Amino acid sequence: MKKILIVGATSAIATACARLWAAERAEMFLVARNAARLDQIAADLAAHGASAVHVYKLDMNEFGLHDAMLDTCYKALRSIDIALIAHGTLPDQSQCEQDADMALREFSSNGLSVIALLTRLANPMAAQGAGTVVVISSVAGDRGRPSNYLYGAAKASVSIFCEGLRARLFARGVHLLTVKPGFVDTPMTRHLALPRLLTASPEVVAADIKKGVERAADTIYSPRFWALIMFCIRMVPGALFKRLKI
Amino acid sequence: MRARQLQSWGRYPAVSQIGHRIEWRDRLVRDYSSLNEKFGTVLPYGNGRSYGDSCLARSDHVLQMRSLCRFIAVDWVRGVVRAEAGVTLGEILALALPKGWFLSVTPGTRFVTLGGAIANDVHGKNHHVRGTFGRHVRSFHLLRSDRGGMVCSPDVEIELFRATIGGLGLTGVIEWAELQLIPVKSGFMESSTQRFDSLAEFFSLSAQLDKTHEYTVAWVDSLAGGAATGRGVFMAANHSEEGGLMVSPPGAVSVPLTLPVSAINRISARLFNSAYFSLHHGGPKRSHQRYDTFFYPLDRLHDWHRIYGPRGLQQFQCVVPEHNSEAATRELLRSIKKSGDASFLAVLKKCGSLPSPGLLSFPMHGTSLALDFAHSDTLNDATFPRLDAIVREAGGRLYPAKDAHMSSQDFRSFYPEWSQVEALRDPALASRFWDRVTET
Repeated sequence: MKKILIVGATSAIATACARLWAAERAEMFLVARNAARLDQIAADLAAHGASAVHVYKLDMNEFGLHDAMLDTCYKALRSIDIALIAHGTLPDQSQCEQDADMALREFSSNGLSVIALLTRLANPMAAQGAGTVVVISSVAGDRGRPSNYLYGAAKASVSIFCEGLRARLFARGVHLLTVKPGFVDTPMTRHLALPRLLTASPEVVAADIKKGVERAADTIYSPRFWALIMFCIRMVPGALFKRLKI
Repeated sequence: MRARQLQSWGRYPAVSQIGHRIEWRDRLVRDYSSLNEKFGTVLPYGNGRSYGDSCLARSDHVLQMRSLCRFIAVDWVRGVVRAEAGVTLGEILALALPKGWFLSVTPGTRFVTLGGAIANDVHGKNHHVRGTFGRHVRSFHLLRSDRGGMVCSPDVEIELFRATIGGLGLTGVIEWAELQLIPVKSGFMESSTQRFDSLAEFFSLSAQLDKTHEYTVAWVDSLAGGAATGRGVFMAANHSEEGGLMVSPPGAVSVPLTLPVSAINRISARLFNSAYFSLHHGGPKRSHQRYDTFFYPLDRLHDWHRIYGPRGLQQFQCVVPEHNSEAATRELLRSIKKSGDASFLAVLKKCGSLPSPGLLSFPMHGTSLALDFAHSDTLNDATFPRLDAIVREAGGRLYPAKDAHMSSQDFRSFYPEWSQVEALRDPALASRFWDRVTET
């Protein structure tokens, strides 16, 4: 029976992953900001077969409270087989260009809070000497685009941080998987006009994540064709890239 | 919330709906009232499987309930499931079957939502044994713009319970519902398939096999005439005791785009019907088959409505009372044959006498006939009015969930309780169907 910590548990991708693990009778510790929604998700996961579901209300921007959350988590689960870090927001880029406080707040939600949490989580995971940390980054972190470079910068920092932490944890028997989803149809992106053919459901991404955990992949793009798209985008020279309106 | 374009399953009338997704129960009250304020009236919309205009809002703005798809409580000892309204019957089945439970009543697709199944009081191949879906609903939570939220059941808020079952989503927004399941030992069916050469033979087969089989249904060749009128293939089944409780994988093939013209015409339908009939020669064939191949053959072809082309399809489904069944069904089939309109999905089923709690429930003790037609103008101008007259004469009625043509006069005489539902309608909910059939 797997023991799983999920941070940002009310996000659509996290919920879809949790349902897959619930079907395997996993025990879960869910963290999110909204207590009512945590309870709704917990009941759903129990129905899907989870052997036990614990909930914990926390805004991940409260860095000072991460330790208390992790303590409670370890008390409940005793060990962590999989930690899925899935919290985040999609900032309004144009507002972030006018409001530095907002830009920093969003950078904190999507970047700093992940780095703070991973820093605290890495040590007990290393002490366990086993388990997998899964971090949801984004294709947006591969290149800075005018339409969402604040979000992209935060995700880029997460991706690079994860790459380094992966190497550190590798020596201790802990695996770290970085997930870079492309366009996903979730409440977070619902206000955007995403191209239909390129947009995946959270269930598709969740299946990719579960597979990635099982085969101990380092970085996965989801759906997989995004690896090709992002390869091409990374190859575009800067002089041309700044002229593209993407 | 960004809007999405939605249509009805038949895509006739071709009116696009703007969908506003409802994601969370704790936001439903706020979302509902803010959308009402903005658009005057709205309508709940499930997974878009209603054929006609019953899922189209007067304002063309709908509450898209499909995202509200979490389970709330399951009791695998008693076989009771409580889930949000946007959960599909297929999702319920996927959880319940491995625990030894099955849907008490299922329509011919598992892609309908729980809320939609209640709002249309759907029925299935076991109507003669279990009645409609509404009989197995233990309770639901209804949100109304004028009275707030309330739980309705056969004992509490009885009036609203009865008006909401088959109430076409007009009496309030169903937030969640609690369903009673039936125990099974296997996900397989023991089925038997046999051909019949005439309508009389269908009725005698039905009389005989309905007694020994929980599920019966017949496909009928709507293009056969003369002595062969009403020929078809009869299917009967019971849940198997063998084979295990595995969930079948969802369908893999889909129709990728809308065909430029309908692939269903007189020639293709005649070819299909004759071939299908010939395929079932000889005596009864028994088989041990997976539940999905028996209940949901069309679910294997996603978006099958696209083969009807951009003009869409219309379904005609009626039920005629027992005493007039054979004569009226024969007349309906003759009239269809004469019209030259082609249908390759024609389904005959005897309905039982178990009453539904729903005020606007469609089935009655008698025989139901359902046919799909590619939409054309002659359908609504000539063919359907002739069929409607036969149904009216026989004391039968048409199915609102499938309808896009019924006259308001017919509706009010088919469903005299409509005025009770109108009196209990949530003033913030209005559909194109309801406007059409209640206007005087």
